[in-house]
Order: sequence, then structure tokens, then C-alpha cells
Amino acid sequence: MSSNQTPDGPVRTAVRPGGPGTAPPAGGGNIGAWLRSVNVGVLREVALLPVLVLLIVVGTVVSPAFFTVSNFAGIGQQSSALGVVVVGESLILLIGGMDLSLESTFGLAPMVAAWLIVPVAAYGNGADLSPYLGILVLLAVGAAVGLVNGLLIVKGRLNGFIVTLGMTIVLAGLQNGIVKAQSLFNLPGPFSYLGAASIGQVPVSLIVAVIIFILVGLFLRYHRTGRAIYAVGGNPAAARAAGIKVERVKIGVYVAGSILAAIGGLMESGRVSAVTGQQGYQEGIIFSVFAAAVIGGVSLKGGRGNMIGAASGVILLGIVQDILDLAQVSNYWIEAIDGAVILFALFLARVVGGESTAEEG
Amino acid sequence: MTPSGPALVDVAGVEKRFGTTRALRGVGLSLRSGQCLGLVGRNGAGKSTLVSILSGLSEPDAGTVRFDGQPAPRVGDIDGWQMWIATVFQHSMIVPDLSVAENVFLGNTPRLVSWHQMRRRTRDIMREWGLRIAPETPCRDLSVEQLQVVEIVRALVRGARCVILDEPTAALERQAAQRLFERVRQLTASGVGVLYISHHLEEVFEICQDVVVLRDGEVVATAPTASLRRDDLVALMVGDVGQATSARAAAPAGAARPVPGGPASGGPGPGGPGPGGPGPGGPAEQAPAREAGAGPAARAEVVLAVDGLVSDAARGRLSGVSLRVHAGEVVGVTGLLSAGVATLGRAVAGAEDYAAGQVRLHGRRIPPGRRDVAQRAGIGYVPEDRRAEGFVARLGVAENATMTITSQLSDRFGVLRPGHRAAAAAPLTSRLSLVSSGPGQPAGELSGGNQQKITVARTLAHHPSLIVAITPTRGVDVAAKELLLGSLADVASSSEAGVLLCSDELSDLEICDRVIVLVRGEVFTEFTRPPFDRDELIVATEGLTGTTISAAFGGTEYGSAEEAAE
Repeated sequence: MSSNQTPDGPVRTAVRPGGPGTAPPAGGGNIGAWLRSVNVGVLREVALLPVLVLLIVVGTVVSPAFFTVSNFAGIGQQSSALGVVVVGESLILLIGGMDLSLESTFGLAPMVAAWLIVPVAAYGNGADLSPYLGILVLLAVGAAVGLVNGLLIVKGRLNGFIVTLGMTIVLAGLQNGIVKAQSLFNLPGPFSYLGAASIGQVPVSLIVAVIIFILVGLFLRYHRTGRAIYAVGGNPAAARAAGIKVERVKIGVYVAGSILAAIGGLMESGRVSAVTGQQGYQEGIIFSVFAAAVIGGVSLKGGRGNMIGAASGVILLGIVQDILDLAQVSNYWIEAIDGAVILFALFLARVVGGESTAEEG
Repeated sequence: MTPSGPALVDVAGVEKRFGTTRALRGVGLSLRSGQCLGLVGRNGAGKSTLVSILSGLSEPDAGTVRFDGQPAPRVGDIDGWQMWIATVFQHSMIVPDLSVAENVFLGNTPRLVSWHQMRRRTRDIMREWGLRIAPETPCRDLSVEQLQVVEIVRALVRGARCVILDEPTAALERQAAQRLFERVRQLTASGVGVLYISHHLEEVFEICQDVVVLRDGEVVATAPTASLRRDDLVALMVGDVGQATSARAAAPAGAARPVPGGPASGGPGPGGPGPGGPGPGGPAEQAPAREAGAGPAARAEVVLAVDGLVSDAARGRLSGVSLRVHAGEVVGVTGLLSAGVATLGRAVAGAEDYAAGQVRLHGRRIPPGRRDVAQRAGIGYVPEDRRAEGFVARLGVAENATMTITSQLSDRFGVLRPGHRAAAAAPLTSRLSLVSSGPGQPAGELSGGNQQKITVARTLAHHPSLIVAITPTRGVDVAAKELLLGSLADVASSSEAGVLLCSDELSDLEICDRVIVLVRGEVFTEFTRPPFDRDELIVATEGLTGTTISAAFGGTEYGSAEEAAE
């Protein structure tokens, strides 16, 4: 709301000519000004709050089942897989890149892992891997995809859009190819724990997703590599001139993004207790991923955005989806309405969020 | 000073606020037909704001703009504005992939495009101006000077009777600048009004009849240039006398040292060579800085050794450049735009790859094109284009100033506390008198001079044993310029670091102990005894030696270029 508010006092010093005598205040004054600038930042980050409140009011009116603990737990469980992928995509957007193939990694990584875990009878390959090793395989698949993307884009200087679009199709093809378009059921407990289990009423996937959001958010704000991500995305040439290893940061972020997509895929498989050929690419989740990030104020041009925004984007999409379900919108129309609502949400976020969600021309 | 009829442009009582900052306070000026009016002021004085109001890009909070007595079109009616006034900005507004003709008619094309007519009209205008640029040429093939001409021609095609030139010589070589002055005279002679904005006061003296001085958003003086001396102008720009003096004292190079234009300069200032003659308050500070460099330099340790550097860089090739920089020494490298001065700086700093040769710091080889390795080895880098490489616009002042030392500032887990960062940045920003609303203010919101200070702060932060600075004072006002140069000289004299100052701005070289002149990518000559004679330097950058010099300068004796050469 008051995102354009600027601290009052210190600005005046800006119009004073800067002779050597007029050194800026040191120590306490600086910290005070810093705190004020943080406050403005926080206000900017929760710009979506009014929209979320509005949606909750709408939901409560639409259905009595909306404002219940079990419904919110459901929203949390459904949104957490998407949320983790949004964290990955946001990191990649922050360095000024983009990765369409996260949706395929979201499907392929759990597929490869499950294929190595489940018995031959359930279309496994017969390796009968322990589910714990399977989770390591899943992470490795994610890392490998991210590394290939990163190397092609950063070292090979190829366009990120076309590289990851190509990669999307390759990975989705592999996902169907290795199990001949079968779905893998009977996932062992440890493999589906993350997506299926709950502690009390709270889904484990939600807890893990929240932890990931918080950790990545803190990392971005307080870790030197996190700050390097903003520098690289904001101005790669300046970051390079300041001695930051730009290429390494970028490749690292592609790898991290794909690993997060794989973890999201693990949550999704656990939630539906199967790995289907549809998971990821054929569900077209990448649109929701981008939408959540952009609604949350992550710039497609890099260098701007944060985890509070990304999380509110995810929550907003989750609530919208839930309201549409509760309103019993016909299955034939749900996609069109879903898409339209996302476009509307983008517009609303732009209006409410002011500058923080604007893309300069 | 005898206006007849309404002025071409009349600005009265213009006010503009940004938040709590009053960028313009009651600004008034008028521009007559055929007049070249200079607009000067320090960074942040309000020049850019005024230009954007005059260009119809932003609306004043109060006050009026009138063209030929009529109220200006509403803001945003770009077509309407451009009938009256056209601005050639510092940053080219040319679409590189389109042809010259298309760029001239950009935004002004009829609904149905007649290529034939467009080309013919472009060709006619070019001919009128004595230019030979084919209308079909893609603009990406043009030089900076030619691009500027295309922008001016674009303004004329729209029938604008007033042209704003915003720092037009920033990217021009000396001769190109002279040709631009000729064009400006041609424009004013044909009745066009020109508003000329420049940090180079000698240019203002050369081509402007009158000058308006802005300070802190106010017009502090409007006067014929003939009635002013350069010192008066500087004093007006800087403000109260006390501050002006302290600004001078901070830098070893004197402020009052004349910085004349090219050799043809007919300005009122003492345009001749100015050996010695440091400004008031200068001599005391100057002497130790020089001695620290020149005295022990011969015996001091070699910090930087460059051997046989070869590069095919488009901005200027290098064909086998070798040089040494000793501890505590400031070595200048200068030359024409294409001579490879910036290429040399970038290659040494590890910002750019090169084909052959070697760069060694304290005897240790620095791999080509590895800026990160070069920095860790101790090479600081102040890049040529600060907007492109100098800072991250959206990040705060403190974060930008400490970007080179994040590993020192963070704990063993890599955690970086913002308070820590602000504390580390504070001494740097105060040392450079960097003015901001606080350590968190985004660097992009600052004025150009303060942005350059961020870039220098970032470089000083990691205590480099060699600083490579490329045109560090471009687009920076007089006081900031002295401060920046002073801080570089200071590092050399106090910390035994070497400085490689690559600049085509001759006044930058005043802090140098030696100056190496590059011509077409080779070391042409070297000046080893400061103070350096301006005219000799200019002559050397053109690749001329003693015998040819006297011919070029109408028989004046210039022997020392040869004498100084190794």
C-alpha cells in the first residue's frame, strides 16, 4: 500500500552538495536509516495481503467448507509441491534466467527413482533399490538436469528459453519412455512419506515447504551467495567487475532450481501415491509456477523478488484453485476459468503491489 | 541580451519534487532563436530533471514552459513537443538494426512508407550538412559521432527549432568534438536555438554565448560567457566559497588549473599549456603525492608487469603493449578513442580476454579474462562505463560499496549481516563524501557522480595493490572529479599500491607520475616528468612527433615530445 513511502529526514541530505566536509552520518544514524529502508521493504513484500484476505472472504461466502482446518490443510498439501518448484524457479528468475524444464524434472525425477525402486511386476526395472537410495537418485536426476541446462546456457551461451524448452520435451519423453507410458503405483512408505504423511492435521509436505521457503528466504537475504544472486541478476557485468564468479553462481542456481523441482515432484508423487506419465509436463504446471512467482513480485528480468512474495503467490493460487473446486465449477470449464483467474490475479497483483510487481518496459 | 519578440523557449517558475527532494525550485530560463545557451551544474543540480521537463517527458509541479509565446503541449504528447524541441541524449536513442533513413524518420513515418522518398530526403539533409552517410547504412555500422549526427538530423526533419544537446562530447574524440562545435555554430546560424549541457566548461566557453548555472535545483546565475572566468563558473556551481576551497584542497590536482579544449580553442580562459600552476591550496598537498610516486619509483618494487599484450578487441586493438607500474606510482595511459587505451585497462583488470601477452602482478601471472582471479590477486577495477559495470542499480549503496569484500564480511557459514555491511561501507562512503539517504538507498537513485563514487568505493574496499581506473571522471562534476582523482592519488601515496589510469581526459592525467601514450594499439611515447604539457600530450595522441608538430601548430616549437620519448 504505502510502498512508495520514503523515510523523511535523511532524503534532505541528498540535495546538499557533497563537499568533503559533509560526510554522511556514521554509526547509529546509518543503522537507523537502514532499519527504515527495511520497513519499507517489508511493506512492499506483503502487498498481496489484502488480495489474500479478500479471497478468503470470497471463499467463506462461497462454501461453508472453506474456512475449516481440514480445508486449509488440504490447500497446504496441494500447494506445497508447487511451492517448492516456485522456490526453484524464483531462484532462476532472480539470476535473470528462466527454466521451463522444471515441470519435466518434476515428473521425470520421481519417475526414475520409482522405476528403480518398485518391483518388475509394478513396471519397475528390477533393481529393487531401497527407497532411501531412490530419494538420492531423485536428487541426482534433478542435479544432473540442472547442470546440463546450466552448462548449455552459461558456458554454451545458448538462449535459456529454447534450451529449457527443448529439455522439457526430452525429459517428458524419457518419463514416458522408460516405463512405456505406465503409471507406477505401490510406492514404498519412505518414498511417499514426504507427500502423504501428516503430523496431527498438518501435512509433512507443508512443513517441509515452509521450511524450504524460510531457509531460502534467509539465504537470499543474509548469505553472501544469496546476495551474489541479486547482484548477478541485477547487473551481471557489474557483478563480474566486482569479482563475483558470475558463471559459477548461475550454474549453481540452475542446479539448485532443478533439485528443488525434483523434491516438489517427490511430494506430488507421495500425495497421489503414484508416479504417472502425466505428472509435470502433461499437467502443464509450469504456467502456475511462473504465475505464482510473477504474482509474488519476482521479476522475469532478474534481480528483483523475494520468498515472501513468492510464497504469497503460491498461497493465492492455492486458494483460487480451492474456491473453484468448492464452487463446483464444471470440469469442462475449470481450465478456462482457472487461466482467466490467474490472469486477473496478475493484474490485481500489479495494481495492488505497485512498483514491486511492475516490469519496466 | 536584447530579446526581440517572444523567446523560442521560455521557462518560468518551474518546480519539481521527488518525494521530499526539491529537484527544481522556481527555475526560469529563456532561449532565443540562434542562441547557444550553456546549462551547467554539478551532478544532482537538477539538469537532468530540467531536460526531461523540456523534452515533455515529465510534468513540472508548478511553473510554465512556453514555446514562441505559446503554452507547451501537454506532457506525453511527444509529437507535439518534438515540433518544437528535440533532445539528443547522452545515451543514444538510435535503433541499431534499422538503417540511417529509418532512424531519421523513426516515429515520424507516414502511414504508408515510401522508402524512396525517405532515403532521398535523408540524403538531401546529409548533403546539406556536408556528411557522407548513405541512408541505407545500418546504424550499427556507424561511429558514435555519426550516430549523433543522425539524431540531430532526426530533430531537424521534424522541424524542431530548438535542440538540447546533453553531454554531446562525452564519447567523442577531440577532432570529432571540434566538428560537432562547427555543426552547433551552423545550427545557430540557421536560427535554431541550442541548449548545451556539459561538464566540460571550456566547451561552454567555446560555443555558448550565455550560460545558466543550476545549483541545488535553483538557477544561481544567468550571464554571458564572455563576462565570466572559469573560476567564477566553478565557484557558482560549487556554491559557498568555503566548500569550494575544501574541495580543491582534497585533491592534489588544482581546481583552478585551466582545462582548455583542443588546440584551436579560442576561449577566454588561459588556453595555453599550464605547467606548474596548481590551484589555491594545491601545492602543499601536491608535493608529497608526487614525491611518493616519482622519487622512489625508480627503485620501488614492480607491482604490475605487462608484456607484449595483443588484443583484437573491437573497441581498440592492442599490438604488443608492455609497461611497468611500480609501488606508489600513478601511471597514466592515454590516446585516441580507438588507440586501445580502454582495451589495455580491461585486459589488465581481467575484465576482457586477450590474444597474446602476459599480465603479472607482483610477479604472479594473472590468467586472461578472469576478473574474479585478478581481483583476488589484488587488482582493483574502476570500469569505463559505470552504468554497465559499476554498480547494481537496485541494490543499496552499502551493498554495492562492499560487493568486493563479501567473503571478508561474512562469517564462516557465509552469513552476511546488513548492519555489518553498513558499518564497513560507512568509512568508504564518508571518505568519498558520497551523499545518499542511507546505506540502503538503491544505487540507481543516486546522481552520476555519486554512482561513480560507489564504483570507486567498491574498488578501494578490497585494498588492491593495483587499481586500474578507466576514464574514472567521465560525466562527473568538477568537485567530484577532484575528489575521485584525489582518492586514487592518495591510495598510491599512502598504501604503496600502483595505479594504472587509462583516460582520454587529459585533466585526469595531472595526478600521474608518468604518462604513456598509445597510438593504434602501440606505445608511441612516454612522458616521464610531470607536469605534463597539454598540447604535447594532444600532439602525441595524434601520433605526431617533433618535426610534424611545428607544421601542425603553425610553427610553434614543440620539441619535448621526442625528448621525453624513450
